[in-house]
Amino acid sequence: MAELTQDQIEKLKALGRTQKENLLKLGEEFKERVKDYKASIYTCNATSCHSGGAANVIEAFKESLATMGLDKDVRMVCTGCMGLCASGPLARVEIKGRKPMLYEHVTPDVARIIVSEHVAPALKQNADEELRLSDFLKKKELSLDLPFFTKQRKIVLRLLGHSDPEDLGEYIANGGYQGLMKALTMKPEEVLDIIKRSGLRGRGGAGFPTGTKWEMLSKAPLVDGEKFMVCNGDEGDPGAYMDSCILGGGSHAVLEGMMIGAYATGATSGWFYIRAEYPLAIQRMELAIKQAKRYGILGRNIFGTDFNFMADIRYGAGAFVCGEETALLASLEGKRGTPHPRPPYPTQKGLFDKPTAINNVETLANIAPIMVNGPEWFSEVGTATSKGTKVFAITGKVKHSGLVEVPMGTTVGEMVNDIGGGTSSGKPFKAVQTGGPSGGVIPASELHMPLCYEELKKIGSMMGSGGMIIMDQDDSMVEIAKFYLGFTVDESCGKCAPCRIGGYQMLQLMNKIAAGKGTKADVVKIKEIGNAMRKASLCGLGQTAPNPVLSTMKFFKDEYDALLIDGNEPDEVKEDKPVTGCTINIKNN
Amino acid sequence: MVKLTIDSHVVEVPEGTSILDAAKSVQIKIPTLCHHPDLPPTASCGICIVKVNGRMLRSCCTPVTEGMEVITRDPDIIEARRTVLKLTLSKHPNECLTCLKNETCELRKLTADFGIREDEFEKITCSREEQPTDDSTKSIVLDPRKCILCGRCVEVCQNVQNVWALSMLQRGIKTHISPAADEKLGNSPCIKCGQCTAHCPTGALTERDDTKYVWDMLQDPEKFCVVQIAPAVRVAIGEAFGYKPGEVTTGKIYAALRRLGFNAVFDTNFGADVTIMEEGSEFIERFVNGKGTLPLITSCCPAWVDYMEKYYSDMIPHFSSCKSPHEIVGALAKTYYANKINVPTEKMRVISIMPCTAKKFEILRSEEMFSSGFQDVDVSLTTRELARMIKQAGIDFINLPEEEADSPLGSYTGAGTVFGFTGGVMEAALRTVHAVVTGKEMPEDALEVTPILGIDKGIKEMKMDLNGKEVRIAVAHGIGHVQALLEKVREAEQRGIGPLYHFIEVMACDGGCIGGGGQPMGVTDNIRKARMEGLMNDDRNSKQRCSHLNPDIKKLYDEFLGSPLSGRSRRLLHTHYQERKLYNK
Repeated sequence: MAELTQDQIEKLKALGRTQKENLLKLGEEFKERVKDYKASIYTCNATSCHSGGAANVIEAFKESLATMGLDKDVRMVCTGCMGLCASGPLARVEIKGRKPMLYEHVTPDVARIIVSEHVAPALKQNADEELRLSDFLKKKELSLDLPFFTKQRKIVLRLLGHSDPEDLGEYIANGGYQGLMKALTMKPEEVLDIIKRSGLRGRGGAGFPTGTKWEMLSKAPLVDGEKFMVCNGDEGDPGAYMDSCILGGGSHAVLEGMMIGAYATGATSGWFYIRAEYPLAIQRMELAIKQAKRYGILGRNIFGTDFNFMADIRYGAGAFVCGEETALLASLEGKRGTPHPRPPYPTQKGLFDKPTAINNVETLANIAPIMVNGPEWFSEVGTATSKGTKVFAITGKVKHSGLVEVPMGTTVGEMVNDIGGGTSSGKPFKAVQTGGPSGGVIPASELHMPLCYEELKKIGSMMGSGGMIIMDQDDSMVEIAKFYLGFTVDESCGKCAPCRIGGYQMLQLMNKIAAGKGTKADVVKIKEIGNAMRKASLCGLGQTAPNPVLSTMKFFKDEYDALLIDGNEPDEVKEDKPVTGCTINIKNN
Repeated sequence: MVKLTIDSHVVEVPEGTSILDAAKSVQIKIPTLCHHPDLPPTASCGICIVKVNGRMLRSCCTPVTEGMEVITRDPDIIEARRTVLKLTLSKHPNECLTCLKNETCELRKLTADFGIREDEFEKITCSREEQPTDDSTKSIVLDPRKCILCGRCVEVCQNVQNVWALSMLQRGIKTHISPAADEKLGNSPCIKCGQCTAHCPTGALTERDDTKYVWDMLQDPEKFCVVQIAPAVRVAIGEAFGYKPGEVTTGKIYAALRRLGFNAVFDTNFGADVTIMEEGSEFIERFVNGKGTLPLITSCCPAWVDYMEKYYSDMIPHFSSCKSPHEIVGALAKTYYANKINVPTEKMRVISIMPCTAKKFEILRSEEMFSSGFQDVDVSLTTRELARMIKQAGIDFINLPEEEADSPLGSYTGAGTVFGFTGGVMEAALRTVHAVVTGKEMPEDALEVTPILGIDKGIKEMKMDLNGKEVRIAVAHGIGHVQALLEKVREAEQRGIGPLYHFIEVMACDGGCIGGGGQPMGVTDNIRKARMEGLMNDDRNSKQRCSHLNPDIKKLYDEFLGSPLSGRSRRLLHTHYQERKLYNK
C-alpha cells in the first residue's frame, strides 16, 4: 500500500470509526426488521439440500405464504447446512411460543402442506393449543430430540441452519465481528496469548497448535512490507464436505477468524484458496468480502485503528495434493501444485517467499467465538490435549448421515450408534474409516475409543479433516483399502518416486489380491512398499497413502488371508505400525 | 557455524548447509538420484533419507541444526532406500547395454552399488509406441521412458536458464517431462543449450548422436574431411580418459583426429581470431564512428542467438552480425582453403567438435550457413561424441604423441582460446579494439581484464578507458541472468538515456562453453573453474595473445578477405537474425 500522510491517516481513522458505528447499526436494523415476524421458516439451501431441490421448495413456501397472505408474518430464511443431509431438503418451522419443528425430505408439495396445516393454523391459534397435523405431515417430521442433534455441541456450526448467510446484518446481530472488535482493543500479543491458551489445534489434519503457528508468523519479519494469511479451503477427502458447508453457511465467521489472526501476527493480506468445485462456498465468500469492503471491515485503518488488511479468493483446480500446504502455496503462485521440502516452513518463507500462515477453514471459524467467549470457555470442551469441538461428515452405511459438530473426545460408539443412529442396513457395524484416504480404519472392537488427535494416531488412523465413512459387515475391507489407495494413486502429484511408483505398484498388488490371485509374497511386498512410502515420501500424501491398506491388514488380516491362493500370511513378518499425520509428525508417535 | 554429529563423526559446517553436504565433509557419500551440486534440491528421488532423532528426513533438503545427531545408515534406512531404488527401476527399461548414457548413468551406478540383481517388482515401463522418443530437434533427444523424474532438467531449464521449454505434465504414474501441452521440443521455446542433457542422471535426455554420419564420411575415399575443435573441448575431453578437469590436451586431440582419418585438422580458435577481427571492427564502427546501435551484443553462442530471436527480437539491431567461430572456419575451409589445395567444394566435408548441443542446430539455422554454396559445416559433434569415437577406434588417447594442427586454419592466439569461458570473448575483443583505437598494444599486465572473468557472478560489469572515452561493458553467462540485464538496457533505451552499456557478451551456459551442454558429464562449479584455468594457461602459454597478431590471420586478410567488414567478409562471415515464435502453432 502507498505511503499516506498523517493527515490522510487521521481522516481514514475517522472514517473507520463511522464505519464501525454503521456496522453495529446494521445489526440493530436487522433486529428491528425481524421483530414483528410471528414465525420463521428456515430452509436448508446448502449444496446437498440444494441438489435435492431446495430452491423449488423455497419458491413453494414463498408462493403459498403469499397466497395465504402470511408473507408479512412469516420470515423465509435460506440457511446454510442444517446437518442431517441424508434427509434433505430440510425445513424448520419456528413459531413464537412453540417448539421448533423439523421436516425432512421436503418437496414443493410438502412445503405447501406445511404452510396450510402447520404454519397457518398455528398463527391463528393460541400457543398452547395443540396442532392437528395429518399423518402424512407427521411422517415428515424429524424429532429435534434425536441424539443426532442433542449430542452435538456447536461452535463452528452454531449459525448454520439458523441464519441467512448472505445477511451481514443478521451476522452482526448474532455477535458477528465482535471478536475482531475485541481483538483490536488488545495488543497483538494478548490476542496470540488467548489463542494459545485456548488450546486450539489445526483442524486440517495434522493438529498443529494454531497459537504456536501464529506466534511463528508474528515473529517473522515482513518481507517487502508483506506477510500473508492463507485459508486452506481445498478440501478433497472423499466423503468430506465440512469446509464447503462452513464457507457456504458462515463465510463472515471464517473471514473474521482470518482477520483476528492477521491482527495477531501482523499479516498484511489474506488469500482464500477454495476449490473451484465449491461454487456456493466461492459465491458466499465473494459476497462476504464485498460486504466487508463496503462496510470498512476490510481496508485501511479498520474501525478507526491502525490495522490494515485486505483479502481475496483464488480457486483451486481440483488436485487433492493442493490441500498440502506447500503444494497449495505453489498453486497460489500460479505454479504446478507440488509439495516442497520443509524447512523452510511457510511461516518463515511462504507465499512468494514471504512469511505465511496457512489455516484450515474450520480452524479459522473457531477463532471469533474464542475471542468473544474467552480461551477457558473453549478449552473446557474436549480432552486433555484436543480442545474444543470437531466437525465431522458422517457418511457411508449409517442411518443419519450428515454434518455434525461434537466435543473432542466423543467416542466412536457415540458417533456411530447415537449420532449416526447405527447402520442404515441394520446389519452389524464393521468399521469406520477416518482421516480420509490418508487415514485408517477403526474396527468395531474400538468403539470405546475417544475421537481426538492422539488416540486416532495411536490406532493407525488420523483426525484428517473430519471425514467418517461407516461400513457394515457386507463391506469388503480389501475393496475399501483398494478404493482409497486408488484415490491417492490418482491424486499423487508424481513428484517423488516412493509415492508415485510405490503407490501404483501397491495398487497393482492389491488388485491382484482382490481378484483372488494374490500370494503371501505379494503381502510381503505390499508391506515393504508401504514401509518405504512412509519413510521416504516427501509429503503427507505419500507418507500416509499406505495407511488404509496397512490398517486393514492389521485389523482384518483374515479377509486378506481368505483371498490369497497360498493361504495365511507367514507369521514372522513383523507387523509395522502405520505412521500418520503430515511430514512434521513422521515417527513422532 | 553449526556443530553436529553424523554417524558419530563430529562435524562443523556453515549454517544453512544440508545434511547431505555436511556428510560429504566427513567422507560420507549419501546416495541420491536427484540432487545435483549445481541446483537447489528438487527432493524427488527419496533415496537420500537419513535418521535424525529417530525421524526419517531427506538429507538433500534438510539444513543442519546445532547438536543434530544424524545416522546415515542402519538396516532400516538401507531397506527403505533399496525399496525406493527397486521401485524406480521398475519404471525404467533394462536397456543399459545399448543406452547412450550407460557409462555415466547415475541410476546404473547406484543399482550396482546396492547390488540389486533382479527386478523384484513388476516392470511397468511403457512401450516406445506409448511413449515415443522426441527427436524433433537437431540437438537433443528426449526418451521419456528412461526418465526417473528427478526434476533436474526442469529445474535447469526453468530456473537456471529461464527458458521454460521443459515442464512436468500430468500427475501420479502418468507424470512425465515434456514441453507444455505435450508439444515436441522442436516446437517449443527450447534453445538447445543442452543443459538438460548435461544434468540428466540417466539416458532420458541426451545429445543427438551424429557419429554415424561422421564415420560414413571418413570411410568414403571420395570425401575430403576437415575437422576443427572448439576452445573448450581441449580442457574437457581428457576427463573421459581419466585426466583431471582442465588438463590441456590439444596436441593429443589433433593426433587422435588424424588417426580417426581426418584429412585436415583445424582449430576453431582460428575462427575465434577472425571473429575478433570482424566483431572488433563492428564495435569500432559503432562506438568510434557512431554507425549502428549500441550496446553491441555478441552472437557467437547459438543458444543465446536462438533465445534472443524468441524472447528479445527487439534487440536484433544490437546484435553483432558476425557468425560464430566454427561457422567462420567452415565457410573459409570450403572457399579459401578448398581453393588453396584444389579440392572441389562438393567433396569437402567440415566437422566441428563442439562443447555444445546448440551448434547442431546452428549449422542449419539460416541460409547464411550455406555461404560457400554448400553447407559450411556438415556435422557438429559434441565433446562427448568425439570421446566415444576415439574409444571406438581403439585409440590410446593417454599415450598419444602430441601433434600440431594444420595450416592455414589451425593456428591461434591466446585471444582465440579464451573464447571458451565467460568474459573471454570480451577480453579478446578488447585486446584488439584497444590496439586498433589507440594504436598501441595492450600492456601484458593489463591483458587479463579480471572484473569480467570468473564464474562466480552471473553478471559482471566494468568500465575502461579507450582513448579518453569511457567504455561500459557487461558480461552475462547462464541465460537466466540475461533477462535482468536486457530489461535494464531496454528501460534505459525507452527512457532515452544514452546506452547503458557499449558492449555486452552473453553465453547461454554457466561458465560459458567450458560448462557447455555437450561437455563431459558431471560438471560442477569446481570443474568449470578447473577448465577455465586450463584455458587461461593455454592463453598465457601462447606466443601471441591478440587476434590481430596471428600471422595466418594477417595472411588471410591479405590473400583473400581484404579487410574486416569487406564485401567478401560480409558475404561469408556474417549473418542476419529474425524473430521466431516460441511455439509454431
